Amino acid sequence: MSVLKQFLEIGSSPHITSGASVDVIMRNVFFALLPVCIFSVYAFGLAAALVLVTATASCVLTEHVICRMNGKPTSIGDWSVGITGLLYGLTLPPDLPLWMVAIGGVFAVAVGKALFGGLGFNAFNPALVGRAFLQAAFPQAMTHWSLPFAFDRFSDLPGSTLAFPFAEPLYDAVTAATPLARMKFEGIQAENPDLLWGLTSGSAGETCAVLIVLGGAYLVARNMMNWRIPVSIMLTVSLLTWIFMQVDPATYPRPAFMLFSGGLMLGAVFMATDMVASPITNTGCWLYGILIGGLIIVIRFWGAMPEGVMYAILLANAVSPHIDRLIQPRVFGTGRGGAT
Amino acid sequence: MLSLARKDSFRNGIHPPEMKDDTSHLAIRRFPFAPLLIVPLSQHLGKPALPVVRAGQEVTRGQTIAEADGFLSVAMHAPASGVVRKIALAPGIGGNMIESVYLEPFPASSQEVDDGEACDVDTATADEIIAAIQRAGIVGLGGAAFPTHVKLRPPEGKHLDTLIINGVECEPYLTTDHRVMLEQTLDIFNGIRYLLKATGARETLIAIEANKPDAARKLQQQCPVDLPVSVRVCPVKYPQGAEKMVIRSLLDREIPSGGLPADVGAICVNVATTAEIGRLLPRGQGIQERVITIGGPGIKKKGNYRIPIGTTVRFALEEAGAAKNISRVFLGGPMMGPSVSNLDIPITKGTSGITAFTESQMAEATGHKHIYPCIHCARCVEACPLFLNPSQLGILAKKEEYDRMVSEFHLMDCFECGACSYVCPSHIPLVQYFRLSKKMVRKLGARQ
Repeated sequence: MSVLKQFLEIGSSPHITSGASVDVIMRNVFFALLPVCIFSVYAFGLAAALVLVTATASCVLTEHVICRMNGKPTSIGDWSVGITGLLYGLTLPPDLPLWMVAIGGVFAVAVGKALFGGLGFNAFNPALVGRAFLQAAFPQAMTHWSLPFAFDRFSDLPGSTLAFPFAEPLYDAVTAATPLARMKFEGIQAENPDLLWGLTSGSAGETCAVLIVLGGAYLVARNMMNWRIPVSIMLTVSLLTWIFMQVDPATYPRPAFMLFSGGLMLGAVFMATDMVASPITNTGCWLYGILIGGLIIVIRFWGAMPEGVMYAILLANAVSPHIDRLIQPRVFGTGRGGAT
Repeated sequence: MLSLARKDSFRNGIHPPEMKDDTSHLAIRRFPFAPLLIVPLSQHLGKPALPVVRAGQEVTRGQTIAEADGFLSVAMHAPASGVVRKIALAPGIGGNMIESVYLEPFPASSQEVDDGEACDVDTATADEIIAAIQRAGIVGLGGAAFPTHVKLRPPEGKHLDTLIINGVECEPYLTTDHRVMLEQTLDIFNGIRYLLKATGARETLIAIEANKPDAARKLQQQCPVDLPVSVRVCPVKYPQGAEKMVIRSLLDREIPSGGLPADVGAICVNVATTAEIGRLLPRGQGIQERVITIGGPGIKKKGNYRIPIGTTVRFALEEAGAAKNISRVFLGGPMMGPSVSNLDIPITKGTSGITAFTESQMAEATGHKHIYPCIHCARCVEACPLFLNPSQLGILAKKEEYDRMVSEFHLMDCFECGACSYVCPSHIPLVQYFRLSKKMVRKLGARQ
């Protein structure tokens, strides 16, 4: 009789794994976003903090409730909905009424994610779906921007923040136009350093380019983000802007202004890189980035709106499966011709 | 020439922990005879051998006990002097039953092997060498167990210019090829002489990964001046030991999809196989034993052993001091080694090692178990050495769309290295799906 254990566990090889896990990746993205959030609270005060908390809470709760309604274990533990919540909050004007924030959050997760089948199946970036919904439903509130670094930002809330649901929000007298709106409607370009460090008005998270790039660099270093997407977006936007500037410097802005204004940095680094809604091959990612960059230029220069990052990314999300269908890796031993 | 750390390797691939330090410094030791040896008649790809002994017959160690049945088959030799108890079915690794010779060694059976009909490399013709290799029962000892003599005769119209001796050994835990290169260096060069003569190739490259610098140095130093051999050191990367990958790394040639190494003028032979050719052919002997690594965290007396073919896994584990609570045992390394469901299966010519884990050690190595949906992170695409799209293949496998997997996504090219499953952060059993899908495709194809 053998001394060895009678029952063996059998499994199909490989018997070891790298230890990588979806929840670890998502948690890292979440943490990479936190510095941007902290800066946003620093710049816009209590109102921004409330918007971010409400956005995240509404997204996470919606996911939890939908999972329970479907009789499935809750999937908030994979951290992906947390990212959606933060990103969604960062795209909103900091003085947006909180009830709108909550409605948009529910829409983002329920329609943008759960309706498609949850994590891994969302054709569009859920955070942008939520923002697009608000843009269509409350166009005025969504284009109302408060001044950054107001002296009473940590003691006072803007009147609009706690507006009663479905009532006309009361806005404080002090408002500001975003750099893009000023460029578009008044022909004034903000200075580079102001844009780079986020000293301008805009959405909660679309201001400080430096922190966004640092967060992205961290994720790229940990192989949790495909750098080709943000790089191709930025290169495309810079190159096209530079060409237009050469042709007509009076109408078209300089490339640096285009890069660091509006939601471009946040969109290029954290939104367009949503793995689920972007192509799987590197070549596909270059194409996808070029497409987004081109769409941003078209919308910003010739569209009715000052900002176009959101629609550019959503449109490219829709194209992404087709890019994947067109561009597949060249299988070993085909095409290239093996023999030399 | 010894060119250290050549930069070019095949593209993609992964870097699992190597885990070779426990056994790579341990010299090969002889293993005792088990009380009963089970020698399957089919240890190779191709037709099973035909037995030439009967129950009750006494055999001597090294005697031919089964002969090749046609060209795609090899002979079997008695691993010990003893009595044939019976010729009957015995369990195999896949749970299937295989016709096998049950051999009971005499107590205190000698390790001596009788010499047979020698094959002299200087006087033999190519065909004679090929026949001698088949007679010696030689198959690929790296794990595939493909009859070596079949490879040596390229298809009509193909010309072989380069012989690659594969000493890559990229599987974690395994150190057999490493020890063979250190301890049977001259056998390897002897084997190369036979292989060059049989194939007509003019150049020989020995492929070694950078984690075996001592073996590379020794081969370089002892290489006879008249042999056209160069030692190539490749960067460590899994699955470099695969035929397609090692040829790509060394020659920058891609075997066409569905093709053979001969299509790019190369032939690839495992280094231990080469050493056995060099050791056995001059004496006219056959394979009765092979070198394996018994390792993994569940083993106390880890090491490299020259073990008689037909020793059961149970006997091997008991001799090597396996922990009593081992729960997972696989033949070979952890990346491609099949899991053992029955400890009474025999070690065959294709077995390169036994690796054992206890339950808690396995849980540690496997990590997370929860399966998430595919998030298109593209890590599998970056890992696949054949540039397949495992993500897409996995989605199709779940939907059982086998036709599309084959026609659009080259399922049948997959050689199941497991790199995709290793890297997947969603823990999707990708290569396991593909293994199953390939079986289904073959089954459906056979039915039509």
